[in-house]
Amino acid sequence: MPELKPGPDPELDATDRRLIVATQAGLPRVSHPYHAIAEQLGIAADEVMRRLQRMLDVGVIRRIGAVPNHYAIGYTANGMSVWDVDDARIDELGMQVGALEFVTHCYRRPRRLPDWPYNLFAMVHSRNREEVAARVAEIAALLGDACRAHDILYSTAILKKTGLRIAG
Amino acid sequence: MSEAARSGRSPAAQLDEVDKRLINALQGGFPLIAEPYRQVADSLGVSEAELLQRLDSLLERRVLTRFGPMFQIERAGGAFVLAALRVPEAGFERVAAQVNAFPEVAHNYRREHELNMWFVLATATPQGIAEAIAAIEAATGLPVFAFPKEREYFVEMKLHA
Repeated sequence: MPELKPGPDPELDATDRRLIVATQAGLPRVSHPYHAIAEQLGIAADEVMRRLQRMLDVGVIRRIGAVPNHYAIGYTANGMSVWDVDDARIDELGMQVGALEFVTHCYRRPRRLPDWPYNLFAMVHSRNREEVAARVAEIAALLGDACRAHDILYSTAILKKTGLRIAG
Repeated sequence: MSEAARSGRSPAAQLDEVDKRLINALQGGFPLIAEPYRQVADSLGVSEAELLQRLDSLLERRVLTRFGPMFQIERAGGAFVLAALRVPEAGFERVAAQVNAFPEVAHNYRREHELNMWFVLATATPQGIAEAIAAIEAATGLPVFAFPKEREYFVEMKLHA
């Protein structure tokens, strides 16, 4: 599993940033979408494709494709499972949790003691809460005695969802 | 936002088999060629016009929230932090409105926990995060618990329609 490189891409230039701003809301749905963007930016379509490919290669772009609304495609239960994992073993175990088919995001984050003892976050989307709970039990089994405590925070409302934007 | 999305318990949208194949096929690897939709349409056995029309419809119905490049904001020089608030139940709606009013707040979810409001801050620079947190604390009068990621173990779209 590749680890994404941290920090900003040093080669990102002003044209790349204009390309990000022009495409972050989505690609045009026309036969020649890269030509449409090229026209808007005043550069060649080949350059648009070459720059997007480079940004994919270095991880500025994770992927190009569709972002489903998980509620609309049936994943109506969304549980953020959080775990207090032994610091000496969290990286080894975090990789294993992140590789589970049903875990869509998995991060190590700081504890906020005494309010918050958890340092591993694994997002589990399923069709109902029973399924989320069963999958969380699988994670618990995987973590074994390296985990001191855990919880599941179910979402009960989306208060805002605009997607990530950088200033244009 | 629809009532169903607001409740977080919406039933699944009505999708036919072609829609499902399209959603599953389009989650990554969209080609960087002159006529990418035509290539995807060919691989799915539909016309380019039908693919574009279905894609428009899925976006219109909010089955898809977006179609295009998904950026790793930190690699583009920006910053991205998960944060939480412990909001008194009586003031929940007021605080939600205050928090949502910040353009730096990209997502905001209500969750069942003592820390009951979880949102993602996205800013063009890392310094922007600290400024946004201070501004949210000033607006709401509540301490913000910030949970910057220290390590990412995997993030991939693995949901199947």
